[in-house]
Amino acid sequence: MQSYGNGAAAVSIGWEHFPHGADAGVRGFGPTVAQAFEQAALALTAIVTDAKIAEQSAVKVRCEAPDIEQLLVEWLNAIIYEMAVRDMVFGRFQVALNGTRLEATMWGESIDQEKHTPACEPKGATYTMLRVAQDEGGTWSAGCVVDV
Amino acid sequence: MDPARFTQVDETTWRIEPTGAMRVPSIIYADEPLIRQMDDKVYEQTANVAMLPGIVKASYVMPDAHWGYGFPIGGVAAFDAEQGGVVSAGGVGFDFSCGVRTMLTGLSVADIMAVQKPLAGSLYHQIPAGLGSKGAITLDAYEMDAMLKGGAHWAIEQGFGETRDLARIEEGGRMKGAKAECVSERAKERQRREMGTLGSGNHYLEVQAVAEIFDRDVAKVFGLKLDEVVVTIHCGSRGLGHQIGTEFLREMLQTSEAAGITLPDRELACAPINSEVGQRYLGAMRAAINCALANREILGHFARRVFGHFFPNADLPLLFDVSHNTCKVETHKANGKTAKLFVHRKGATRAFGPGHPDLPPELSAAGQPVLIGGSMGTGSYVLVGTGGEEEKAFASACHGAGRAMSRHAALRQWSGRQIVDDLAARGILIRSPSQRGVAEEAPEAYKDVGAVVLAAERAGLARRVARLRPLICIKG
Repeated sequence: MQSYGNGAAAVSIGWEHFPHGADAGVRGFGPTVAQAFEQAALALTAIVTDAKIAEQSAVKVRCEAPDIEQLLVEWLNAIIYEMAVRDMVFGRFQVALNGTRLEATMWGESIDQEKHTPACEPKGATYTMLRVAQDEGGTWSAGCVVDV
Repeated sequence: MDPARFTQVDETTWRIEPTGAMRVPSIIYADEPLIRQMDDKVYEQTANVAMLPGIVKASYVMPDAHWGYGFPIGGVAAFDAEQGGVVSAGGVGFDFSCGVRTMLTGLSVADIMAVQKPLAGSLYHQIPAGLGSKGAITLDAYEMDAMLKGGAHWAIEQGFGETRDLARIEEGGRMKGAKAECVSERAKERQRREMGTLGSGNHYLEVQAVAEIFDRDVAKVFGLKLDEVVVTIHCGSRGLGHQIGTEFLREMLQTSEAAGITLPDRELACAPINSEVGQRYLGAMRAAINCALANREILGHFARRVFGHFFPNADLPLLFDVSHNTCKVETHKANGKTAKLFVHRKGATRAFGPGHPDLPPELSAAGQPVLIGGSMGTGSYVLVGTGGEEEKAFASACHGAGRAMSRHAALRQWSGRQIVDDLAARGILIRSPSQRGVAEEAPEAYKDVGAVVLAAERAGLARRVARLRPLICIKG
């Protein structure tokens, strides 16, 4: 995870995986909810592959939900859906939020078993360990368990 | 978990007495070391299940249980529609009817070892495995609906499988009450090119040797002979199931609140069985079960075709095909009366005992084969349902070894290359598109499957018939 900012309250940006039974936890961090969502998406991709992903084409998605936490689940599920039906992996995400509506562009390429050696396939984002919150230092985090 | 948190009933039965909002007790079947290995979240999750409306008798936990989402993996619970019972999307999970089928080959270990490498290579190339692998089958809208209604029957009509298989599949290969119209277009779109693919994660195809026989009489009925070889396939309802699970979890989260159901965990989102959402979910879930049954039938056909290239005279009859992650309407005795119940099994296997009317005549005297997938290195087991008057946990048993550590932790401990090399030195060939995937599924990341099935036997859930050891593993 990288840190940036000036002064005492450095705001972090980055992502992590956290352990869960048979599945995998993803969590993104950022100075805004949108950036935390972008980082959570990178964590989702990293469940699948460690390989560098070329930005060959862009896909736009939209989703909405009753609250910001459910919106994270919707967002991750929207990515999982696009990965599945387009046979793509995505390496860059740009998220814009308007309340609990999300519009995003994601860039990626067709999945290639030799290049990406995909470790596993996300089935769906869950409400387990679902949390979108801001810490005292101002950093937003957004994470949940993904069934793989 | 700390065993002191439970009331110990006997060596393998532990109770959580109902407290707070729990309507029934929780009962965990496991020995003390397995209880100690289980995550504390299993306690919390099974207690949460016991709070759901209309739950009957108890919230049960199998010996291979681990922390899931909503239900623990290895959780069993039955609901009575007449008592306001619910059906829970979280209680069934994302991979409907994920399950295991085992086919006999009549071949010896020596037959396989003579062609082990080319056979492993051929299986790996002919069985699409891993993310991004393509199936040879594309379904149009008409065929999609026919598949969702027909299950393994549909696969056989398309030329993928054999009619004699049907009697050896739960529900005779076709889940009744499936409603293709309850499945969203998005779910169907996700499945269009996924028929006949293995998937990834813990899904696999293994060629296995019968390494040990525990019950000679039942093994004979099952056709299992020492040092003969079987083929086992573990996979589920692929993208279609995942999408249906995702969509209904979201919908039930909204509707459970509207139905006045207080959820102890959002992941337990549910709907009354006798509600529009509940009925629509059941129609979609049954269609997803058919998708999994069709998919395993196709994969079995692919495996037969590959074996046919190497052994033109080989016959691969199906021993049995079991489903995990289901909600099925079954008749059970509960509280002194016989009732039709909606039995949720999440990472648990149906285990009907001898004489059960749903078993084919040739298995009726022995009981239902219960196929337990282990890990790549340690092996698997074939059990038999015991059931009868003493039926426990609504005739359910464990489904696998159960993970002892997360994928995250496994990745930090092992490299896939090292595991492949170590297993090769032990005569086990692994073929997988991903070394990292192999590391995440490291044999040591799982509990001791031998201890799990022994606990299941001691608890009276099912009895051991044979142990299988892997010779070839195609891992998705």
